[in-house]
Amino acid sequence: MSTTELELPAATQMKKICTLTEIPRLGARVVKTAAHGNIAVFRNADDEVFALEDKCPHKGGPLSQGIVYGKRVACPLHNWNIELKDGCAVAPDQGCVRSFAVQVQDGTVYLDI
Amino acid sequence: MKKMKLVMVGNGMAGVRALEELLKISPDLYEITVFGAEPHANYNRILLSPVLAGEMTIKEIMLNDVDWYEANGIRLHLNKKVVKIDRVRREVVAEDGTVESYDRLLLATGSNPFILPVPGKDLPGVISYRDIADTDAMIEAAKTHKHAIVIGGGLLGLEAANGLKLRGMEVTVVHIMPWLMERQLDRVAAGMLQKSLEDKGLKFALEKHTAELVAGPDGRVAAIKFKDGSELPADLVVMAVGIRPNTALAESAGIYVNRGIVVNDTMQTYDPKIYAVGECVAHRGIAYGLVAPLFEMAKVCANHLAHMGIGLYKGSVTSTKLKVTGVDLFSAGNFTGGPDTEEITLNDPVGGVYKKLVLQDNKIIGGVMYGDTADGSWYFQLLKDKQDVHDIRDHLMFGQNHLGNVGHQGQNKAAQMADTAEVCGCNGVCKGVIVKAIKEKGLFSLEDVRKHTKASSSCGSCTGLVEQLLASTVGGAYQPADTAAKPMCGCTDHTHEEVRAAIRANKLLDHEATYGFLEWRTPNGCASCRPAINYYMLSTWPHEAVDDSQSRFINERAHANIQKDGTYSVVPRMWGGITNSHELRKIADVVDKYKIPTVKVTGGQRIDLLGVKKEDLPGVWKDLDMPSGHAYGKSLRTVKTCVGSEWCRFGTQDSTRMGIELEHDLFGMWSPHKVKLAVSGCPRNCAESGIKDVGVIGVDSGWEIYVGGNGGIRTEVAQFLVKVATHEEVLEYSGAFLQLYREEARYLDRTIHWLSRVGLDYVKKHVVEDAENRKALYARLKFAVKDYADPWRERAAGKVAKQDFEMLSA
Ligand SMILES: Cc1cc2nc3c(=O)[nH]c(=O)nc-3n(C[C@H](O)[C@H](O)[C@H](O)COP(=O)(O)OP(=O)(O)OC[C@H]3O[C@@H](n4cnc5c(N)ncnc54)[C@H](O)[C@@H]3O)c2cc1C
Ligand code: HEM
Ligand code: SF4
Ligand code: SF4
Ligand code: FES
Repeated sequence: MSTTELELPAATQMKKICTLTEIPRLGARVVKTAAHGNIAVFRNADDEVFALEDKCPHKGGPLSQGIVYGKRVACPLHNWNIELKDGCAVAPDQGCVRSFAVQVQDGTVYLDI
Repeated sequence: MKKMKLVMVGNGMAGVRALEELLKISPDLYEITVFGAEPHANYNRILLSPVLAGEMTIKEIMLNDVDWYEANGIRLHLNKKVVKIDRVRREVVAEDGTVESYDRLLLATGSNPFILPVPGKDLPGVISYRDIADTDAMIEAAKTHKHAIVIGGGLLGLEAANGLKLRGMEVTVVHIMPWLMERQLDRVAAGMLQKSLEDKGLKFALEKHTAELVAGPDGRVAAIKFKDGSELPADLVVMAVGIRPNTALAESAGIYVNRGIVVNDTMQTYDPKIYAVGECVAHRGIAYGLVAPLFEMAKVCANHLAHMGIGLYKGSVTSTKLKVTGVDLFSAGNFTGGPDTEEITLNDPVGGVYKKLVLQDNKIIGGVMYGDTADGSWYFQLLKDKQDVHDIRDHLMFGQNHLGNVGHQGQNKAAQMADTAEVCGCNGVCKGVIVKAIKEKGLFSLEDVRKHTKASSSCGSCTGLVEQLLASTVGGAYQPADTAAKPMCGCTDHTHEEVRAAIRANKLLDHEATYGFLEWRTPNGCASCRPAINYYMLSTWPHEAVDDSQSRFINERAHANIQKDGTYSVVPRMWGGITNSHELRKIADVVDKYKIPTVKVTGGQRIDLLGVKKEDLPGVWKDLDMPSGHAYGKSLRTVKTCVGSEWCRFGTQDSTRMGIELEHDLFGMWSPHKVKLAVSGCPRNCAESGIKDVGVIGVDSGWEIYVGGNGGIRTEVAQFLVKVATHEEVLEYSGAFLQLYREEARYLDRTIHWLSRVGLDYVKKHVVEDAENRKALYARLKFAVKDYADPWRERAAGKVAKQDFEMLSA
């Protein structure tokens, strides 16, 4: 089973989002939240799941719409590459977006918000 | 696992570049130790000239400071010269007794300045020009002394002379040959160069043989004597008469040396545990003295050190650019010619411009440029790519002309631009920023500049300007990439052509199979190769290959164009630009229902609805009930038409009907890049067929077909392909041309980019002259687009990719 390497709160205290299969492999879904705006939840080829604010550190492009590869996503607007784990741009670009803890348990995706 | 030990001797430009390349691909393989005889970390030697000229400081030319070594876990021994290699015990020993053992040894000892064996060569005040210490010595001497002599009228000598002059000395350049830089310049260009340097106050003594350096009363050098008996005063003598590969250490260890340390194409010496790169090596009998080839060596060497076992160094063609501010000079390849070469020259002594190109078998093999070097990089690229220039010979001399077409006020001479002038119109980057980044970050390639400044990374129209800035800032160290052999991206060493061939030969049908078969370095590619691979598979194996939507750019995944605020635009297809009241009414209703903020008539003769929310897309499509216009795809965009013979009083052919037929025929065609067509009903050409990928023009007796046109960043006029009589022929020829493009162009090539590589004759041969081949091409295109389902209809019906348009909530 896959998790991020962050300190995770128990999955039960997190919000249930969807099933793992509802996120396309090498793709993302957008979660609308009241407190944090849109959050992009990504799934990579190894079924690892990551969650970032859906707002590129460059000019706010929707990262959820980018191409996911390895553990990164390429922003659809001007092609910055963003690390899924921490939301930071790959050098030489600079800037980070907020990342959120996310966890998969028994095929269900939970988000810490 | 215990790490292997890699020891490097020589902390210069080539060696450290090899380490950088190694760390990039295999950061954990070795425990690395570096010995450097100089007391400095890694600096950019070629920028010593601007330091001497007072244009930069030592601090600014550092490439990697001590922290870099530490951050990468490299043990650095500065100020320690290695004096012995024990190949049996696999150890190196430094002057001070430091011993390090190795599993692999990398020699990068550079070269030594050649010192003329004349009496007085060891006097105080006689120096060479190689490192920071020499540069400091010159700067000091300039403060207290007056007369400088530079022996050697080559690149290095002239840069030294220029710097000393700027520091206030009286400088005379002594040269043995009848003209300056004879290895890089022909006599005419050298004459112009000498004139402009004389205008800056330099003096020249040509065809002078140095006999002796004479000491003054204080023991310091005071004069230079020539073999003809004449004499000049000299308180500082700089010898810049050439370099010799620094091979003493290797030789003493019994490693085979001939001119330089002899290496094979993998940069391995005769001892398989020992590699060598840089100016100290002799590769296929050649020892190089410029940075660009050394960097190519470094890359290959790193590859083999990392056990990747790929990549061979096959030698380099070099180009030269003198880094004297205000002097524009470029030379490359064989510029003197031979019995079976031809020359094209342009000589304007008043305007101070001279250009010479040397051609052999319709290919550029060398050239010299003085005064206007704007197109130097372009010529050099043509030279390296061995491109046939027969078709463009007429205007070759006038340059590529892609510089400054639009977006930068027609500027095309980088050197004359102000620092605040904008170079890249797309990303708003001005000259000063680019030059600063090149210097401070130690950038050498176009790719580097793109990454760090974003200049030239969008539309590419300023590429020529950026190349000029690179060339004038780092001199001959800049080398345009060899586009013919360029790997697709960082995930692989294979070229586009190789990948395509492998997909065809091995029937690779999905991404996993392709990456596996071609041994991709990354598990699932990157944002640059994945869309390309997806296209290559689809175009090679239509109806069989898996179309992976996650490997398509968002526009093609969402079947709409993403806008800067994350909304989308919807452009329904209007066949041949024809619409009716029913369609217009539906559009009006959709605009109202979904509160679409902007409705615009596009340049492609249809209507664009801008600002649609992603969730609304399926609903909008359903209500419109019109086919996708593919305004978002690397695919058929529009077929623009004029009014034509049905109404127009000049019309000779029914261009509207022809356009509609073409558009239906090509519907569903994915291609390397977008494809636009136009059909005009007479040569007045109201549909602008002259700037389309395929442009058709009606004449009394039939249709003329033009190909490879392009509007936009660089306007390209379409070239005449063929004249045909019937509608059916228009479909067949256009389709066959586009299929050839689909099968052979690199992903993201527009038709013109591909066409200018292969040449119109090639296309004519396959599409016009060979009827059977044309029919086969056309049949393959028809097969590829057969049964294409309109993507909007599928999605509007909720059949496909439903989740793509739904948001989740928490
Ligand atoms: C003033 C100047 C201007 C130049 N301008 C240009 C230009 O415009 N374009 C261009 O392409 N090229 C230019 N060059 C040439 C370019 O700098 C060289 O081709 C390049 O630096 C060679 O790299 P290298 O690593 O082979 O050698 P180096 O950079 O010379 O590095 C070799 C290092 O090894 C050290 N070393 C040698 N022996 C030992 C030992 N036994 N133990 C420990 N350390 C040792 C040396 O001290 C030196 O630091 C210029 C050179 C100079 C001096
Ligand atoms: C490389 C450079 C180019 C880029 C990045 C680019 C980008 C775009 C984009 C994003 C749109 C869509 C706007 C929307 O969402 O509706 C568009 C539309 C359009 N562009 Fe460009 N364009 C380029 C070059 C060109 C050129 C060279 C031409 C013409 C010669 C051109 C003509 C058009 C037309 C006619 C449309 C309307 C689309 C349609 O009707 O399908 N563009 N372009
Ligand atoms: S191209 Fe000729 S036929 Fe078409 S609208 Fe113009 S004048 Fe009329
Ligand atoms: S539509 Fe084309 S020309 Fe207009 S801003 Fe966008 S890319 Fe530039
Ligand atoms: S907004 Fe993401 S790269 Fe510009």
